Amino acid sequence: MSTISDPPAGSFQLSMLINDTRYRSYTFQFVALILLIMAFAYLGHNLLANLRAAGLNISYNFLGEPAGYDINQTLIPYTSQSTHWQASMVGVLNTLLVAFLGCIMATIIGVFVGVMRLSDNWLVRQLMSIYVEIFRNVPVLIWILIIMAIFIAVLPQPRDFRGDDATASMVLGMFAFTGRGFYTPAPVFGPGSSVVIATFLASLVGIFAFKRYAKKALYDRGQLIPTLWPSIAIFFIPTILVFFIMGRPITLDYPALQGFNFQGGIFMRNSLIALWFALSIYTAAFIAENVRAGILAVSKGQTEAAASLGLRPGRIMNLVILPQALRVIIPPLISQYLNLTKNSSLAIAVGYMDLTGTLGGITLNQTGRAIEAIFLLMLFYLAISLAISAIMNVYNNAVKLKER
Amino acid sequence: MKKLAILGAMTAAGLSAGVASAATLDDVKARGKLNCGVTTGLVGFAAPNANGEWEGFDVGVCRAVAAAVLGDPTAVEFVPTTGKTRFTALASGEIDLLARNTTWTFSRDVDLGFEFVGINYYDGQGFMVPKDLGVSSAKELDGATVCIQTGTTTELNLADFFRANNISYEPVPIETNAEAQPLYLEGACDVYTTDASGLAATRAAFENPGDHVILPEIISKEPLGPLVRHGDNQWGDIARWTLNALIAAEELGVTSANVAELAAAPGNNPEINRLLGTEGTLGAMLGLENDWAVKAIMAGGNYGELFEKNIGENTPIGLARGLNALWTEGGLLYTPPFR
Repeated sequence: MSTISDPPAGSFQLSMLINDTRYRSYTFQFVALILLIMAFAYLGHNLLANLRAAGLNISYNFLGEPAGYDINQTLIPYTSQSTHWQASMVGVLNTLLVAFLGCIMATIIGVFVGVMRLSDNWLVRQLMSIYVEIFRNVPVLIWILIIMAIFIAVLPQPRDFRGDDATASMVLGMFAFTGRGFYTPAPVFGPGSSVVIATFLASLVGIFAFKRYAKKALYDRGQLIPTLWPSIAIFFIPTILVFFIMGRPITLDYPALQGFNFQGGIFMRNSLIALWFALSIYTAAFIAENVRAGILAVSKGQTEAAASLGLRPGRIMNLVILPQALRVIIPPLISQYLNLTKNSSLAIAVGYMDLTGTLGGITLNQTGRAIEAIFLLMLFYLAISLAISAIMNVYNNAVKLKER
Repeated sequence: MKKLAILGAMTAAGLSAGVASAATLDDVKARGKLNCGVTTGLVGFAAPNANGEWEGFDVGVCRAVAAAVLGDPTAVEFVPTTGKTRFTALASGEIDLLARNTTWTFSRDVDLGFEFVGINYYDGQGFMVPKDLGVSSAKELDGATVCIQTGTTTELNLADFFRANNISYEPVPIETNAEAQPLYLEGACDVYTTDASGLAATRAAFENPGDHVILPEIISKEPLGPLVRHGDNQWGDIARWTLNALIAAEELGVTSANVAELAAAPGNNPEINRLLGTEGTLGAMLGLENDWAVKAIMAGGNYGELFEKNIGENTPIGLARGLNALWTEGGLLYTPPFR
């Protein structure tokens, strides 16, 4: 029978490209590919022809020219005389900063809310459902604007701190919460501070090693070693000891009201905080649902089996449910991280100078190189998103079910 | 072209559609409407009134061009644009004319491929601060938080000014004038900077305009004017000479009140006759009716009338003519002769 459905090779005829089911799909795919390439070639040609008709050309020379504008939040040195390329880099770093902070906070809130939605307490459960439904069903741009508006309206401005009849004052003399942002003390590293930092890093490694040891002891011998208090002790004690031994090399620079604004210390702008907070609580609502789905995906038999072995509820969650739930949670979580990163492009609504605000905003406008800037913008976002995917996929591979 | 819009792949900057057609005049006539780009709302220059009708100084230019071309000053579709979107809107053909207090600069004229048809307001960048801040000069603004409209020349001027005076500031970029007002009023910025005319217009809309002062420094030249796309000289000429006609009308004493009477029959001033089309064929040279200028002047009056009605000293905005007076009265307005 096989000879009928499998004719001898060598008798290939052109008509088989249409009539033979083995080749037909290739033919159609090839035709579709050609059409797709032609469509894009037509669009590209059309673009170039229209640009030429308008007397314009495609050129990236503007990236090397001085930008001419100032940016408020710069993580790398930047002045108005820096190039457009450097301005774009400032934007990239600002995007990455808010995306990084946002992903961490969204995950913390999301996991908390997701677990609480499964609580036995009726009130907690309902409150969490209300949170999820409200925050994920209102556009994130609205949340960004609302939070910024509340921020500016509720908190005092620097001028309220001034004079004898000041209506606002600094918290503990160290922190100033103003409508323009939060001012906190900044560390100043004096000579000998590197030893303190090295000790701190070493104690972080120590905590990690201790946790591994505790885990190994649990898995190998079934021995439970408490990790919380020893970890806290390792975190603080060596660093503080070395800090005093070295003669307190690290001091704090307190913010102080000078002229129009507070000077000194670390300044977190209202735009960063509003954007960070809005993106976090919005994305956390989605993450909460992913977490809930992941936990529900682990069959109840697992909980019961663990309980019958004598594990307490907290340990059941940490040792049995969560490791399995993570396999379900991680893949949609990657999507949420990507969404958060891309949603950060709404930053200009509150004047946060992210990539869209610098390269896709002021640079585009001052140079008029719309197509070039938008194309570069797409490339940057693509690269950032692919990088996040790659990192998260490594983690996903680490926690996913390993079949042997 | 329509298919392109649906595919949308390369329309990121909107440049792929519409540029090819050169004869804007024909397009406007066929459409029966002028698409005119204006601000998203700046009282006195372009803002919708209580009835939802756009009015203002820039709107007046749009209406004059619409009247000259189509004979109907209301045949205008106003397209609100931000500092960021305005050039893309014009380059893509979404609008035929941009009358949105836009500064005439070399790179916009040459590199962006636009044609400024004239100057309808000579402006300069200024600073507005609350009175109780006790600041009397922009040079005292060291360390201040400054609200700026993004996508404008003011951003660059500001960076230059603070660098030249070696003082620091904290820029807060804002998308539109409307967004800047609450930020400034709530005290999130110490200073608001934009063109001095814009500051006056913004201040006029405040609850207590007297609590705010405009600092004496004018840190830049901002010649504001309407602009069109490069490459359609006829359309550029129409816009340029409509604006010139409004200025010439003021110089010649032609107002919306007496223009009908003057245009009824040739008078004894040949320049007025040529302007109003009772003598010569200037209108036909532009490809318009011979009474194009009459309609343009009737739409909202001559330049002086437009100024007084929208932004003059008797309006809440209260701008003096200053540089924007006729050359015969010590200003800079000087139109080439109509002959």
